[in-house]
Amino acid sequence: MSFAKSRFKHKSLPVNDLGLTYREYEGAISTLCAGCGHDSISAAIVHACHELSIAPHSIAKMSGIGCSSKAPNYFLSNAHGFNSVHGRMPSVTTGANLANKDLTYLAMSGDGDSASIGLGQFAHVVRRQLNMVYMVANNGVYGLTKGQLAATSDKGVRNKTGELSLFNDIDLCTMALQLGASFVARCFSGDKAQLVPIIKAAIAHQGFAYIDIISPCVTFNNHEGSTRSYDYVQEHVTTGAVTDFVPIKEEITSATPEGEFEDICLHDGSIMRIYKLDQDYDTSNRLKAMNDVEEHKQRGEILTGLLYLDPTARNYHELNETTDMPLNQVKQDLLCPGERVLGTINDSFR
Amino acid sequence: MKKTDVSNYDHYLKVVDCQQACPAHTPVPEYIRLIADKRYSDAYMINWESNVFPGVLGRVCDRPCEPACRRGRVEEEPVAICRLKRVAADYKDDITDRLPKAPEESNGKRIALIGAGPASLTVARDLLPLGYHISLFDRDQQGGGMMRSQIPAFRLPETVLDEEIDYILNMGVESHFGSAITSMHKLLQENYDAIFVGTGAPKGRALNLPGHEAAQPQISIGIDWLANVSFGHNDKAPKRVVVLGGGNTAMDCCRTAKRLGAEEVKVIVRSSYEAMKASPWEKEDAKAEDIDIIVNHNPTEFVVEKGKLKGVLFDQVESFYDRGGNRVLKNTGETLLAECDLVLVAIGQDTSFEWIERDIGLDFNDWDQPCLNESTLQSSIDKVFIGGDAAYGPENIITAVAHGHKAAISIDLFCQGKDPMQRPKSDFNLISQKMGMHEWSYTNIIDHEQRNLVPHISWQEAVKELATEVELGFDEQLALEEAGRCLNCDVHTVFTESTCIECSACEDICPTDCINFIDDIKDDITPPQQLLKGKLKVDKATDEQDYFISDNLQTGNIMVKDEDMCLHCGLCAERCPTGAWDMQKLTLSNIEATIK
Repeated sequence: MSFAKSRFKHKSLPVNDLGLTYREYEGAISTLCAGCGHDSISAAIVHACHELSIAPHSIAKMSGIGCSSKAPNYFLSNAHGFNSVHGRMPSVTTGANLANKDLTYLAMSGDGDSASIGLGQFAHVVRRQLNMVYMVANNGVYGLTKGQLAATSDKGVRNKTGELSLFNDIDLCTMALQLGASFVARCFSGDKAQLVPIIKAAIAHQGFAYIDIISPCVTFNNHEGSTRSYDYVQEHVTTGAVTDFVPIKEEITSATPEGEFEDICLHDGSIMRIYKLDQDYDTSNRLKAMNDVEEHKQRGEILTGLLYLDPTARNYHELNETTDMPLNQVKQDLLCPGERVLGTINDSFR
Repeated sequence: MKKTDVSNYDHYLKVVDCQQACPAHTPVPEYIRLIADKRYSDAYMINWESNVFPGVLGRVCDRPCEPACRRGRVEEEPVAICRLKRVAADYKDDITDRLPKAPEESNGKRIALIGAGPASLTVARDLLPLGYHISLFDRDQQGGGMMRSQIPAFRLPETVLDEEIDYILNMGVESHFGSAITSMHKLLQENYDAIFVGTGAPKGRALNLPGHEAAQPQISIGIDWLANVSFGHNDKAPKRVVVLGGGNTAMDCCRTAKRLGAEEVKVIVRSSYEAMKASPWEKEDAKAEDIDIIVNHNPTEFVVEKGKLKGVLFDQVESFYDRGGNRVLKNTGETLLAECDLVLVAIGQDTSFEWIERDIGLDFNDWDQPCLNESTLQSSIDKVFIGGDAAYGPENIITAVAHGHKAAISIDLFCQGKDPMQRPKSDFNLISQKMGMHEWSYTNIIDHEQRNLVPHISWQEAVKELATEVELGFDEQLALEEAGRCLNCDVHTVFTESTCIECSACEDICPTDCINFIDDIKDDITPPQQLLKGKLKVDKATDEQDYFISDNLQTGNIMVKDEDMCLHCGLCAERCPTGAWDMQKLTLSNIEATIK
């Protein structure tokens, strides 16, 4: 059994603006099952952060409980991290974000952590428009407790032991859309060409970004009849558009792409470039996005890609008009300006 | 794209860089694992089977395996393969009862071997167990050829050489030492079923500069001088010695002169230090022994004064390469007079075929080298085979051994009335190394340590006595450390398309980004290097290895692996949920027949 990956690396690995290769963004070697989709998500996060040249120490990895929430150990060893109580990651992240809004918050959660025990927390953090990337590794089962059906399982499927899913599934993308998330996407862990640019865009997006990632559980939900197995997803996955992320510094003309595309300018000046596969595809229409998800589901397809994006939405700090300076940097004399200021405030109420 | 052909061993053997680079295809990783297991006798026998002289080669091999070593690509320095071979030889037990024996009954075929160097001895070893009668002829009093006459004892102790030659002679060779063969014509009249010529390249080149004749008594040809030292005809060197030439013979000459009493020894070469032909470690050892290596000087004259050699005159030169890649020398105008009492000329050596009459049907080419079939080493007289340095000019011991194997196969086929061109088959086997969930029968953890240096005795001690071996060899601890650096390239990443579910776990875990899953490119003709440029996670760093390209997978995509950087760490196989990747050890049967 290998407990470590060799330090040796390819001699021509590209370095980013910080002079780092992607290897410096890795974490500990995974102890998840071999072939777990979550490991692909970890790898996608590693590459996204490396390509964006984010300093690892300016990232906070937030998670709850579950296989998905173990995953942050397997990427970004040099980032901050908080492995919180089951389903309570959104509250902890809200607190952290309030104290230091300068960090990039990457949250990893699962279908149990977000759609069952933490559903209430999930709903409210969406409403709050917290500036974070909320990723759910969605495999339809509780892998850590040996494969019970999760709330995101499709109605009518059976788990590995034959238990039938009697109830309607919770679609977290539809929920996020309904509750006002300004960035909503669905991806497949096995398709990094789609996943990496979407994670990059979600990080660049200044607001609440939700990514639902179908991530097959190779041990408990990869059997025939499962709608979250590698085979099923690869066969039924569909997308309305191919998306590419163009960072601010890159000149738009650098790679003249083939075919027609549409650019969406994000808050920080970077660009989400969209090559439509479906002429009907539209990222600015929330109601249509909700409709599309459901329509594809009825057809037996899994719609992936960027579903909705509102680059102009205001996030929690903007809505609350918090100070520009992160609260953890505000000095004592500013926080407690003293009796004189209190007197002035009290006077204003008289 | 075109799938890599894995129906034969070619791709797999190429991946084992060291084994591929070894002319005799010695299974290097296999014997290094045995050393790591302290199974020195077993490691020795693996070597003995393919390279015949492990103790000798563990000291003086040209080491083509080391520059090829994968380790040189993933970090800096290769595994000290050669010195590990010596470890196997030094620490083995008595292995005589493991050696093959000649059958009691001969097969009735008689073979003559001319020259008792590494090539002939290899032929003898390969043919004796098959029942051939072997007659071995050499002009010297002892066997070994250039291994004895040209390699000084401080690099190769006589006991080591004698031991390995005796293993072969004791198998029942009819040896005729001290008897030079002077006529091929006569030899052909004798009743031999086949003749093997392994007479090496025994003629040292002379340097006919002005003053040569007058200074003659004080000028020696390097290899002749070394042979005289080796056979005890010469045990003294004068005070000041100049060695001309920059190859390994020059290094042996200067270091021998130092040991025979010379106080001031200079090696003077035309080329730059880097371009000198001697192995880097030979140059370093010579320098460590306080030998002056003067580069960029071209000899122009042997200066004679009062009928005696005064010294050698040189022009200082600059060398550069012209557009055609040829080296051009340009005089700087400076000259140098190196005063000395003896000049040793070590500027190259040639084959010698004065004893082969040119009217007996044995064809020679324009360079006066015998015309040979490269695959069989058969000459234009069908029962005469030629190998070693005699075949294509000076190479090295391990090439001579490889020639010996090749010729032995040809001779065996020829004597059975078969066509030597119809080479025997060599089969291959891949055996899974999986022992448990994530457990392998080889050490797959990558050792990040740097190459260990071989301990030497102090140079002051070394130069006192000709027979004192300079390199002490690895002690057990160093040997085990060095053996741990081997990456086990013979344990292959074998891929089964039908079981792959394309979860990308292998792609993500690979430390050196070898594995890629990409859209298939519908083009079977364009070379993969061209097709794959910019399509992989990281572009190929070297062209030393090929790509390993799979068939179409379930989604139609293909897997492309860059064999250059693979560490053989087995993480792809550990992270594979379906066993589509497996680590399997390559074993070649009949390795001699794989020598092309």
